[in-house]
Amino acid sequence: MLAARVTRRWEKLPGKNTFCCDGRVMMARQKGVFYLTVALITGTCALFFGFECPYLAVHLSPAIPVFAVLLFLFVMAVLLRTSFSDPGVLPRALPEEATFIEMEIEAANGNVPAGQRPPPRIRNVEINNQIVKLKYCYTCKIFRPPRASHCSICDNCVDRFDHHCPWVGNCVGRRNYRYFYLFTLSLSLLTIYIFTFDIVHVVLRSMDSSFVNTLKETPGTVLEVLICFFTLWSVVGLTGFHTYLISMNQTTNEDIKGSWSGKNRVQNPYSHRNIIKNCCEVLCGPSYPSVLDRRGVMLEAPPATTTAPVKSTTPEPQTTKTTAPLIPNEHTPEDVKPSIDTTSDKTCPASEDEKPHLSQFPPLASPDSDTEAAPTHEVSQ
Amino acid sequence: MATEFHNLQELRHSASLATKVFIQRDYTEGTVCKFQTKFPAELDSRIERSLFEDTVKTLNNYYAEAEKIGGQSYLEGCLACATAYVIFLCMETRYEKVLKKISKYIQEQNEKIYAPRGLLITDPIERGMRVIEISVFEDRGSSGSSSGSSSTSSSSGR
Repeated sequence: MLAARVTRRWEKLPGKNTFCCDGRVMMARQKGVFYLTVALITGTCALFFGFECPYLAVHLSPAIPVFAVLLFLFVMAVLLRTSFSDPGVLPRALPEEATFIEMEIEAANGNVPAGQRPPPRIRNVEINNQIVKLKYCYTCKIFRPPRASHCSICDNCVDRFDHHCPWVGNCVGRRNYRYFYLFTLSLSLLTIYIFTFDIVHVVLRSMDSSFVNTLKETPGTVLEVLICFFTLWSVVGLTGFHTYLISMNQTTNEDIKGSWSGKNRVQNPYSHRNIIKNCCEVLCGPSYPSVLDRRGVMLEAPPATTTAPVKSTTPEPQTTKTTAPLIPNEHTPEDVKPSIDTTSDKTCPASEDEKPHLSQFPPLASPDSDTEAAPTHEVSQ
Repeated sequence: MATEFHNLQELRHSASLATKVFIQRDYTEGTVCKFQTKFPAELDSRIERSLFEDTVKTLNNYYAEAEKIGGQSYLEGCLACATAYVIFLCMETRYEKVLKKISKYIQEQNEKIYAPRGLLITDPIERGMRVIEISVFEDRGSSGSSSGSSSTSSSSGR
């Protein structure tokens, strides 16, 4: 059966993200707080343009609302860019890569006596003369690059993971950190701006009529001042905190875990020991491309059956969500182990006559099952 | 030993995959994208060490060029910031331009050097920039498997 529409890779990606616009937009699952952020910003600005701006444009300067509009547009642009972009998600290892890594680990660990736990999967690398430990991610089946961390909310490993921000509805990582920082900075400026001009407006108006009458004429002002007051403390504080982190070339994640603090701990190997250089690297560095293929087309394949004697083997989806290690070890639940053997039967019918112990290893992909090779017979199914 | 293939198409359709070798990242200089130039044992009989090292070093140079923090990256960053990053919707970033160059280079290397030796390099961007995956192919007619205990050569299945 020819598929009526193409399936794009984002539809089959593991992880708990939501995608919009056919894979162009990527966010976390819980978006409620993000909608609140957008509502608060647009609502407050709408009130400002409705109540304050007409008066201030006339009595002070028309530049005031113009600058407010520009600032508001900038805030929304960077907010949407932070929320909608890929934070730097690392794609999960394909089966062959996962197997390769598992074999390396087994070789490094040697024989673990039965009953004993195997040693933790850690790789030591030397970065700028400091020893940094790379941890193995059991979900993504990779050794996480330095500064990467697994976000449990989005269920992805994110490069240079900073934190998961519910206010923007996305993780903040390598690719969108500068947009996040600009968002907090510009929002601080916008909040201070609106707050200041609210006060100026009330003061100016109170000179003509009484203070109470002023508030009655422009009730929006009260709401704006309240919102701005509470926003100021949190957002300005957050901007200050991130300015500090940038100057030290640290992430929130590292700061919370205390990775580089303390006497006996490793010093931050990524810092240039120069505030300007650190800021330049984080804010003015190159814009990294997304390594997560969301819009690639996946070939439609018939569902796999063990009785099908078809030579065109069913391709395993490139991003199979497996929760069991490919090589069963003492952690594999007993009910999962047989399914690993049936997988090997499906893709390599000829392996039945091979020695039983080889069926523990999933057969390596043949060119037909590699969708990148794009054999034509699969499409015609 | 090394079987001759004439082009990439022949490689894909007439050869069977024996094993895959993964060249890992080299983190000694931090988080910049750089791959280890250590020659893997599985390729010992398939390709000359110098050719392999040349390929990896050239790739490393490309990535270094893409990630260089200098005048051009500042300009790009400031210009983009001034337009609230809307300009990224129409403009290609420097990194993306270099990635295209890398993709061309890998294809050219595959055609000229690796496919004739029964090897195929996968662009690291398709593997999350974590590894350079080199697929090792065996001719269907040849017996035995290449190095690596995990290979299940489907030549026995014909």
